[in-house]
Amino acid sequence: MGDYLRPTSLEEALGALIRPWTVLAGGTDFYPARVGRAIDDNLLDITAIAALRGISADAEGWRLGATTTWSELIETALPPLFDGLKQAAREVGGRQIQNAGTLAGNLCNASPAADGVPPLLALGAEIELAGRAGTRRLPLAAFITGNRRTVRAPGELLVAIHVPKPARPARSAFLKLGARRYLVISIAMAAATLEIEDGRVAAARIAVGACSAVAQRLAALEAALVGAALDPGIGDRVDAAHLAPLAPIDDVRASAAYRRDAVVTLLRRLLRSFS
Amino acid sequence: MKVAFTLNGHAAAWEGPPVTRLAAALRDDLGLIGTKIGCDAGDCGACTVRLDGRQVCACLVPMGQVAGHGVETVEGLAPNGRLATLQKSFLDHGAAQCGICTPGMLMAATDLLAREPSPSRRQVEDDGKIVEAVMAACTPAETVLPAAGAAVGARLARLDGVPKVTGRDLFGADAVPADALWIRVVRSPHARARFTLGDLGPLQARLAAVLTAADVPFNGYGIYPDIKDQPVLADGLVRYRGEAVLALVGARGEVLAIRDAEIPIAWTPEPPLYGIDAATASDAPLVQADKPRNLLLDGGVKRGDLDAFTGCDATAEGIFETAFVEHAYIEPEAGWARRVADRIEIHASTQTPYMDRDELASVMRLPPESVRIVPTACGGGFGGKLDLSVQPLIAIAAWKLGRPVALVYTRPESMAASTKRHPARIKARFGCDAAGKLVACDVSATFDTGAYASWGPTVANRVPIHAMGPYAMPNVRTWGEAFFTNGPPAGAFRGFGVPQAAIAHEAMIDVLADQLGIDRLEFRHRNALRAGDVTACGQTLDHSAGLAQCLEALRPHWRRALSDVAAFNARGDAWRRGVGIGCMWYGIGNTSMSNPSTMRVGLAADGTLTLYSGALDIGQGSNTIMTQIVADALGLPVGQFTLVTGDTDLTADAGKTSASRQTFVSGRAAESAGRDLRQKILRLANAGPDATLTLDGATLKVSDGGVVHTLDLAKVGSLMGEGTFDPPTTPLDADGQGIPYATYAFAAQIAIVEVDTELGTVKVLRMVAAHDVGKAINPTLVEGQIEGGIAQGLGLALMEEYLPGRTENLHDYLIPTIGDVPEIECLLIEDREPLGPSGAKGVGEPGLVPTAPAILGAIHHATGVRVHRVPVLPHRLREAILAQGAKR
Ligand SMILES: Cc1cc2nc3c(=O)[nH]c(=O)nc-3n(C[C@H](O)[C@H](O)[C@H](O)COP(=O)(O)OP(=O)(O)OC[C@H]3O[C@@H](n4cnc5c(N)ncnc54)[C@H](O)[C@@H]3O)c2cc1C
Ligand code: FES
Repeated sequence: MGDYLRPTSLEEALGALIRPWTVLAGGTDFYPARVGRAIDDNLLDITAIAALRGISADAEGWRLGATTTWSELIETALPPLFDGLKQAAREVGGRQIQNAGTLAGNLCNASPAADGVPPLLALGAEIELAGRAGTRRLPLAAFITGNRRTVRAPGELLVAIHVPKPARPARSAFLKLGARRYLVISIAMAAATLEIEDGRVAAARIAVGACSAVAQRLAALEAALVGAALDPGIGDRVDAAHLAPLAPIDDVRASAAYRRDAVVTLLRRLLRSFS
Repeated sequence: MKVAFTLNGHAAAWEGPPVTRLAAALRDDLGLIGTKIGCDAGDCGACTVRLDGRQVCACLVPMGQVAGHGVETVEGLAPNGRLATLQKSFLDHGAAQCGICTPGMLMAATDLLAREPSPSRRQVEDDGKIVEAVMAACTPAETVLPAAGAAVGARLARLDGVPKVTGRDLFGADAVPADALWIRVVRSPHARARFTLGDLGPLQARLAAVLTAADVPFNGYGIYPDIKDQPVLADGLVRYRGEAVLALVGARGEVLAIRDAEIPIAWTPEPPLYGIDAATASDAPLVQADKPRNLLLDGGVKRGDLDAFTGCDATAEGIFETAFVEHAYIEPEAGWARRVADRIEIHASTQTPYMDRDELASVMRLPPESVRIVPTACGGGFGGKLDLSVQPLIAIAAWKLGRPVALVYTRPESMAASTKRHPARIKARFGCDAAGKLVACDVSATFDTGAYASWGPTVANRVPIHAMGPYAMPNVRTWGEAFFTNGPPAGAFRGFGVPQAAIAHEAMIDVLADQLGIDRLEFRHRNALRAGDVTACGQTLDHSAGLAQCLEALRPHWRRALSDVAAFNARGDAWRRGVGIGCMWYGIGNTSMSNPSTMRVGLAADGTLTLYSGALDIGQGSNTIMTQIVADALGLPVGQFTLVTGDTDLTADAGKTSASRQTFVSGRAAESAGRDLRQKILRLANAGPDATLTLDGATLKVSDGGVVHTLDLAKVGSLMGEGTFDPPTTPLDADGQGIPYATYAFAAQIAIVEVDTELGTVKVLRMVAAHDVGKAINPTLVEGQIEGGIAQGLGLALMEEYLPGRTENLHDYLIPTIGDVPEIECLLIEDREPLGPSGAKGVGEPGLVPTAPAILGAIHHATGVRVHRVPVLPHRLREAILAQGAKR
């Protein structure tokens, strides 16, 4: 039987991290990985730390505390910039999972099919890590390095996700594809944030998940979208060549070839949803 | 750690490791077994509770996070025994079937209603968790119990429903004695391997026992008396991934704490035989040493002359393939055993108490009378709980150690160890004349029966009889064969192979109809088997063949759907709709084999009226159905009956809950038992057949044309009525000629689907199901069976595929949720079966059989793609759509 620590302050939590602990938040990834066996991890439960809770905003942008759950995100009044992330939140498991699972847990678990990653990439999100030596901030794209791998050091906690305020009015959207309607691990998903000026795309951030070990931004497509009018024709700007950063695989959910094909459709529809 | 919190409005205290799952603490330590565990992984929703008013999966919440918070469980819904409105509504709508997921659904619904007092269907779906029994069943059941003589045909709410909606029903894992030892089974990670055991001494020193093959008195079991091929514990050789090798017995925490690395097994893996081609290759190694060519069994039906194909004006041909399908009952296998002097007593979830008793007696080398089976409530079976699972290990351990011993499978263990639906490859050729009259068919069905025989022979026998479909067909050759592989044992699963065969025959019918330009429904109507027709087995159907009536009932729905779909498709975008139709017939009961049921009804000296039913209710409703039947046969109201069910010491053998046989066979026995008791009472009172009975305490009044006889039961003593029924069948000859079943159910379903042609996804929008059930003893329960069958048939068609080692949980293995299940309309056709109770037949399996064919036909109608392999995962359909586009 392992130890269990549930600190109420960040200092206490960071102090404990001089030795290795398994961090526990909503438990929705933790427990399913431990079915039918004794749990002997030393657990650092971060859900009682006030500093990790809640969503706040300042001039720079928004701060989503690490233990923000999917439901809390959905219930918080936020500008249209967050519509895509909220759409993703509504499709993470069922209501039971959304009430417990956290955004930060989704990122730290670093599944290739994590639904939180593409919309946060498309928001240009940054990760704030805290350790006893201090805190550091890095882009989400630099945080997740592989299938279930992140740069988080054993002595660090993810304390917040930061979403910078875009230079112009912006909107976002998300589309998920699975083999059943609800409660499904994504075959592929796509997220987009468009900054809009004079009815045209001034800047775009597009990310696709479950088609590579880590969700990828599609820089070529982002570039191709600049200047596009927000009419249904915007979807036609998607070209199979834009998918170069993706490296889909065959698995029980779908074939690699299908993923390549389906992503084009998802992206076209996603972009048309802005018109 | 000490945890103080609020539980259902009251202060509660708990102590234990804070990492303990809330679900485990509630069940194991706080005695609230209403919260069920179906997966321990957040997938099934059976453990849903509210934490500070928000629904969560109790299997994912550490007790450490509960401190200071409020938990509400199903037990809190009816605090002083009065059902909440929601619970009553679940009962009235027949929303609880087996009841295993009911507490979770109630808690999720409570949460939804707190946020949204009158939610739309969409909002319900957004909240939806996995639901086998669809909540959309909207036919109100009668809440007032009917009077004497009016039970049959009534929409009676399930008589055993209250414990299901209050969480008090006791399933296999719910009443394990506190002093029980627990078993953890060590299973093979390899599909085919030899192994040797190292020194078990260190493990034995830590545990109460470590069981090996050597501890099993007779180490072979199986459904058929002459095929006891499956070891309880493998002996040096494993034949599938998940096969049991060792049983660790000890305190629960101790057996769980043993690390895999501490278990001394040296494996020598061998290349496994996966699939029919591997098993039938000329150089294939044998799976079972005594089964040459890996062949389990083959046989078929021959009638007329296949040369008739030469005269056909249209012919169709195709090969169709299906996958291993998991039953995915929300209750994993569970139970406990104890030794009582020289008897062993098994409390477990099962579909077949008497077969379990005899099989355990064989495994333990005990006389059958020394084994008592006390079935718990069964949280879904679908055929998967017809085979032994936990029973032999708990029995052997309890016998050996003299202490109660429990075993509850985990979800991955249940999925790896239990039987599956047989993967099939069906090669079919059908021909008809220019008028669309069927002339000939030639069907070969090859099955992958996995590592052990299980119910493989039943499947291989049943399919050839049904493989031509429910049509008059003068020239027939059908063949069924099953081969051993290193896949999981394929066994019984709702329909015994007929759903696979129906995919093939219905596709053939569609192709023929399309070739001749005949409407697909009308083509079927033209060929439907009718009373007076002769089947391919040479059996004349004297009565109750209502397929034509089913099709007539569907006709207006079909025509409307065709025109709606045409209007929708005129949009010409990526979404295309289609309408499909599937027909089926299904022989009720065992194939050409005796399968009697005996039922008893007793009136005790104190006036207690008891139905002793060996027929197990696994959610389909036999507890209610049997009572309705016996009540009317006896002439007393349903409300006066108590029920004793399943216990082999207290009830007679009513056979297994399978083959859609309980209503027809046990129902008929119940009817006879009721009549028998009535006769005895009338004789005592010297009353005529039309007398009416009233029971008040120990006083039984018999009124006969104004004369009232009063019987004092205390003086009369207890009375017992008994009835037995064995459906009349005959053996089949070498050409499959004979009478395989006494009666058949018939059905036709139509599906309306929408295909996203760019993504290959399919949404079933609506199904209309017409079923000839002979007589609906309880229409609400019949509809529940049809709706559940459709949900499972949809899974077979669109998403379910068990791959050993890859889809062993409920997030990689997908079953339909409420968001996938369409709106369903049921049309009940009652073409009376004279042999059945009040004319009834069965409906347990028929609900599923036509569903996949109807969906596949609708996909073809929408896209032009004829699917030859299920499940039609999005990538498979998209590839087929692209390939077709390339051809054009
Ligand atoms: C039934 C079900 C359905 C699901 N459906 C989806 C889905 O559709 N889409 C999807 O993307 N996911 C899905 N998930 C996965 C899961 O719910 C999400 O990944 C969730 O967001 C994880 O958050 P958590 O708080 O529960 O993480 P936990 O399980 O508590 O932790 C996850 C991992 O992250 C680490 N961790 C958590 N927080 C921190 C932190 N602040 N700092 C450092 N390390 C940390 C933990 O150590 C652990 O390794 C599903 C899960 C279940 C059980
Ligand atoms: S047991 Fe918790 S979701 Fe299945």
